[in-house]
Amino acid sequence: MVLGVATRNGRHVSEDASGHSPLAIRGLTVSYGEKPVVFSMDATFESGAMTAIIGPNGAGKSTLLKAALGILAPLSGKVTCFGKPLSRQLEKIAYVPQRAGIDWDFPAPVRDVVMMGLYRNLGLMGRIGAIHHEKVMSCLARVGMDGFADRQIGRLSGGQQQRVFIARALAQCADLFLLDEPFAGVDVATEKAIVKILKELRSNGKTVVAVHHDLSTVPEYFDNVLLMNTTRIAEGAAGETFTQSNLLKAYGGALARVQISAAV
Amino acid sequence: MLIEALTLQLGYNATLVAAGAALLGMACGATGTFLYLGNRALISDAISHSSLPGLALAFIAMAWLGMDGRSLPVLLVGSALSAFAGLHVINWLSAKTRLAEDAAIGAVLSVFFGLGIVLLTVIQSMEAGRQAGLEDFLLGSTAGMLWNDAITIAVGGALVLLFLTVFARPMAMVAFDPEFAAVSGIDTRQTVMITMGLALGVTVVGIKVAGLILIVALVTIPAVAARFWTSRVRYMVVVAGAIGAACGYLGAAISATVPDLPTGPIIVMVAFAAFLITMLVAPGRGVLAVILRHRRFQNRVHVRQGLLALAQGQPIYERLTIRLLRRRGLVRADGVATEKGRAKAAIALLDERRWQILRSDPAHEVAASSYNGLTPLESVLTLDQIAEIDKALRLEAVK
Repeated sequence: MVLGVATRNGRHVSEDASGHSPLAIRGLTVSYGEKPVVFSMDATFESGAMTAIIGPNGAGKSTLLKAALGILAPLSGKVTCFGKPLSRQLEKIAYVPQRAGIDWDFPAPVRDVVMMGLYRNLGLMGRIGAIHHEKVMSCLARVGMDGFADRQIGRLSGGQQQRVFIARALAQCADLFLLDEPFAGVDVATEKAIVKILKELRSNGKTVVAVHHDLSTVPEYFDNVLLMNTTRIAEGAAGETFTQSNLLKAYGGALARVQISAAV
Repeated sequence: MLIEALTLQLGYNATLVAAGAALLGMACGATGTFLYLGNRALISDAISHSSLPGLALAFIAMAWLGMDGRSLPVLLVGSALSAFAGLHVINWLSAKTRLAEDAAIGAVLSVFFGLGIVLLTVIQSMEAGRQAGLEDFLLGSTAGMLWNDAITIAVGGALVLLFLTVFARPMAMVAFDPEFAAVSGIDTRQTVMITMGLALGVTVVGIKVAGLILIVALVTIPAVAARFWTSRVRYMVVVAGAIGAACGYLGAAISATVPDLPTGPIIVMVAFAAFLITMLVAPGRGVLAVILRHRRFQNRVHVRQGLLALAQGQPIYERLTIRLLRRRGLVRADGVATEKGRAKAAIALLDERRWQILRSDPAHEVAASSYNGLTPLESVLTLDQIAEIDKALRLEAVK
C-alpha cells in the first residue's frame, strides 16, 4: 500500500494534503449484495493533472466513480472535493457517464442534451435565453459538433454521441471532470480529438479523471495513474506507477503478462 | 344524439363532465409521457388496480359511520392510500429482493385487485350504504355524476398539470440519464417519487370516469402516439396532452349518449383509433411515410448503382435496376446505355469519387454525414469546396 502520493513534480505529499485535492477518497467500500466491488479504497487525485483509473474488468473502476459521486450509496468511506464533502461541491464537478447505459432513441436533438449541462444555472423553471443558446453552441463548437445541433441524438455515430456528452460536461463549467470510459467504442480520430480537449482543460488548470481501458495509451495521454483491483494497488505519476510489476499485481495471469509487456 | 353530445348540447351536467374528462385526459397524456420516457408505462396499471381495496374499504368505513358511501372525495382518498401502498410494495420488492420491476408490478397488481374484488363482494352482501354504483369504478361511468364530482376531477387534473410544468425539466433529465442528473444536483429519488406521485394523482382522480381497469390506456396510448409526431420532449408532452384530452372528451360525450355504456372501453377505443391513425399517417415515423420513403430511396439507390455500373462498363444483373433505368430512358431494351444514360453515368461516377474524398476528410464531417449516395454534392458544399475536392481527385489520379 502506497501511503504517500508522489506527484508529477516528484514532490512527496502526505495524506493530509487531501484537504486541497479536487477529489480525495478515504476508506470507500461499495458492495453489491455481500460482495465488495470496491473495498477500503483510498485515492487522492492531483489538482490540474490528468489521471487514468485502470484495472481489469470487474475491478470496480466505474463503481468507484459512481460511489464517489454519490450515484451509488457506499457502505462506508469519506469523499471530499476541494476539502469539503462532495455532496456540497457538486457544482464544481462535470461528469461524462458511459454511453452504453443511455437510451439513444430518447426524443431529443443534440442541443437539448447539451442544454442539460446548464441545469445548475437554469434550475427548475429558469427561462432559456440567448446566453444559454450561445453557451450550448460554443460547447458544441469546442468538440466540433456545432453543425449537428439539430440532429436527433439517435442519428449520431458512437464517436459523435461521445463528443455530445463531452460538450454537455463542458457546459457544466466545472473544475473537476470525471469521465467513465470516454474512449469506449470510438474511432481513433475521435479519441485523439477528445484527448486534445481534455489536455486543453488541463492547461486551463482543470483536473481530469478518466476510467481507461487501453493500456497502450496510458503514458501518452495521462500524467498520473491509479491502478486498482477492488482496492488500491498503486497510485502516482505514470512514469513511476505504470510499471510491469504493478500491472501484474492488478491484472495477474499469463495472458495479461504478454499484453502488459507490450504496453509498458 | 351523438352530434349533440360532441357539440356540448346534452345539458349542463354532461357538458361539465365532458370538460372535466378532457382536462383529466390532458393530465393523463402529459404525465404518461414521462412514464413512457422512463420506461415505466406499466406503473399506472399497477396504481389503478391496487386502488380497489382502498376504494372498497373507504366505502365500508363510510357505511359503518352511517354516511352515504358514495362521497367521491372520500372514496378517492381511500383509493389513493391503497394505491400508494401498492406502489410502495413494488418499490420495496424491486429494491430489496431480486425481483425485477415488471414481475413486482404483476404480483402486486393482481393481489391488490383480487383483494379489492373480494371486498366488493362483501359490500354487495351488506345491507347498508346504498352500494349501487361502486362497480362503475371498474369500467368507468359518467352516469349519475354530480357537479361536485366533475369539479373534483377537473381540479385534480389541473393540479397535476401545474406540478408537471414545474418539474418537467428534472423529470426529463432523470428519464434520459439519471446518473448525469444526480451529478447536476437533482435529487433523482425525489424526482422519481414526484413522477410516481403525479401518475398516482391522475390515475386515482380518473378512475371514476375512465375506470380502474382501463385507465392505463389513457396514460400510455397518447404518449406512444405522440412519439410518432415529434422528437422533442417538450412538444411530446403537448401532443400527448392534446390526444389525451380528445380521448377523455370523446369518451365521456359518447358514453353520455348511450345509457349503461361504460366510459373506459369507449376511451380505449377512441385512444386506439388515434394511435392507429397516427401510426399510419404520422410524417417521419409513421408506417406509410417509412414505407414510401424506403421505396423511393431503394429506387434511387438502384438507379445510382446502375449508372455507376454503366460508367465502369460492368454488367447489370438486377431486374429492378434495369427496369428503373429503362423507365428513365437511360438504357435501351438490350441493356446498352443511351446517350442520356452515358452522360448521367459519367456525372454519377465523378460525384461518387468526390464523395469518397469528402468522407475521408474530418473537416467535412457535417457534409459527409448527409451522404446517402444520392444527395447532389452541390447541395451540401460551395463551388469553391468542390473545386478543392476536384484538386484532390486529380492529385490522386496522378499517383
